[in-house]
Amino acid sequence: MNARSSTAHSVVEPSLTSRRVASVLVIVYAFVTLIPLFWIFATGFKTPPDSISYPPKVIFEPSLEGYCNLFTTRTRQTSEYIAQLGPPEGICDEVTRRREMVIAGTSNYAPRFINSVIIAFGSTFLSVFLGVMAAYGFSRFKVPLKDDLLFFILSTRMMPPIAVAIPIYLMYRELGLSDTKLGMILLYTAVNVSLAVWLLKGFIDEIPREYEEAAMIDGYTRLQAFRKVVLPQATTGIAATAIFCLIFAWNEYAFAVLLTSGDAQTAPPFIPTIIGEGGMDWPAVGAGTTLFLIPIFIFTILLRKHLLRGITFGAVRK
Amino acid sequence: MSKLNEIADRAAGATPPSLAGAVRGLSDKSIAWIFIAPTIILLLAINIFPLIWTIYLSLTNYRANRPNAELKFVGTEHYEKILTNPDIWAAMQSTAHFVVWTIVLQTVIGFTLAWLVDRKFRGHGFWTTVILLPMMLSPAVVGNFWKFLYQPQIGLFNYIISFFTGAEPSSFEMLGSVQLAPWAIVIVDTWMWTPYVMLICLAGLRSIPDYIYEAAEVDRASNWRQFWSITIPMCLPFIMLAVLFRGIENFKMFDMVNLLTGGGPGSTTEVASITLKREAFEKWRTGFSSAFAIILFVTVFGLANIYVKALNKVKSR
Repeated sequence: MNARSSTAHSVVEPSLTSRRVASVLVIVYAFVTLIPLFWIFATGFKTPPDSISYPPKVIFEPSLEGYCNLFTTRTRQTSEYIAQLGPPEGICDEVTRRREMVIAGTSNYAPRFINSVIIAFGSTFLSVFLGVMAAYGFSRFKVPLKDDLLFFILSTRMMPPIAVAIPIYLMYRELGLSDTKLGMILLYTAVNVSLAVWLLKGFIDEIPREYEEAAMIDGYTRLQAFRKVVLPQATTGIAATAIFCLIFAWNEYAFAVLLTSGDAQTAPPFIPTIIGEGGMDWPAVGAGTTLFLIPIFIFTILLRKHLLRGITFGAVRK
Repeated sequence: MSKLNEIADRAAGATPPSLAGAVRGLSDKSIAWIFIAPTIILLLAINIFPLIWTIYLSLTNYRANRPNAELKFVGTEHYEKILTNPDIWAAMQSTAHFVVWTIVLQTVIGFTLAWLVDRKFRGHGFWTTVILLPMMLSPAVVGNFWKFLYQPQIGLFNYIISFFTGAEPSSFEMLGSVQLAPWAIVIVDTWMWTPYVMLICLAGLRSIPDYIYEAAEVDRASNWRQFWSITIPMCLPFIMLAVLFRGIENFKMFDMVNLLTGGGPGSTTEVASITLKREAFEKWRTGFSSAFAIILFVTVFGLANIYVKALNKVKSR
């Protein structure tokens, strides 16, 4: 170590100056890249006038109006009508009345968000379940045309969603699956299962075959060995794969906007439709976006060690 | 597998008959098919069957909004129309502008970032995770909030640009102007996906063993020389992988562009997927759009073929 740091220009151990310069540049980039995210987060806590003020307000008085507007629908009333109402119930009632409006009901954001949760988890469960079985099959057995089948599986993910959506739209219309959660779950499963197979095959390939062979000599059947030896060994891989599937299903927009309109609509096609009086209600959009992105932040941090693997279909591991 | 069978057989031979069946259980061949079949069936039902249907529709005059109209077989008429249609070629040009510029910018910035992160300064792991955030987000939601940043009078983007250049913030519209809109979508995509290229390049940089640099050092190769004769060539397969994947993804880009510009103004940012959506779900020319879908699919399929070859090349490293 000492000998190495004495050769200051060694590329193997970058010099102190080059490390300092690199850290400054990377941190500057990180801050610049975070500005849009910070801005949308901050907008969620602005009042509508603050959100569209010029010059843009960096320092402002935080308000919950965006979050209130996100979850409610409101109607305009005369000030006399509002004056004769009882005391406001809760903070949202108060901020709404300040704008000479009253809360008329709940908005569609919560149901759309719940749809996102149901569809994401449903399709993730199914794709991981199918994926782990197929991955084990491909990893351990001689399957005829294995490489072709694996390529076929991957190529289904590469299809342009709009191209697939045309026949799916017609097919779902015939089968009565249009705008149903089941239809969306099946569709997202079909898209995600390719990723699941490729990722899980990589993880299962890494588990030594000797474990199962030993278990089978001890009297386990192949299925028992799969359940009691392979699956526990693959837990990390299964978890990482599941999170990747969740993120995809959570973020998906093209199929959702073309194939759903009400009952099964997820949050991504809904958020851009949040409008207030005279245009987009940006604080409500900011609030809705923030709530929608929080799970992704958590997942990204959980996944950080496996990110590379996930985005390259398991090809690059380190 | 034959080795496995051998072990199973040997174990079966050494155990009492009642146990022997349990050792063999279901034959490996049947287990393999039971495990793989559900996935294949699902993909056949939701991907391949619709694809074949699309091919069929592309040869007819079917319109999804008039399911009861008489169905006429038109042969390859749609394909001929598409290949000679100037609007389609304009869409292909917009797509090419988008794909080429995003790849160039993302590769240059992404590789530079990876090279900087590879200096292994203190806290580089944390900052890498921070930089990676944008690529995990929903492209639709990203498109929607960049629309806010791009607002001509009130948007933060215009404000920052005018702060540094002194131009009036209301003097230019990123999304409303024919000159700027194609660049607006390139900027957002670059913001979002540069981390992806960075992450793969970082893996490439880290796959280069130290002893190669040590040997170069012994031979007194300059840093510049080391960079061009070791770093770049050895990273190249990884860079190619990133470029191909971004190429495929951006070739079929829909969500982000649909929310940012919806193809506008006019059709300046109408990339292929947006044209397809307009033809299929607004003009309801199902037959025509099916033919276009098949053409796009064949292109992507060809690129995917190359991509898988690149994947395997990286894998063998």
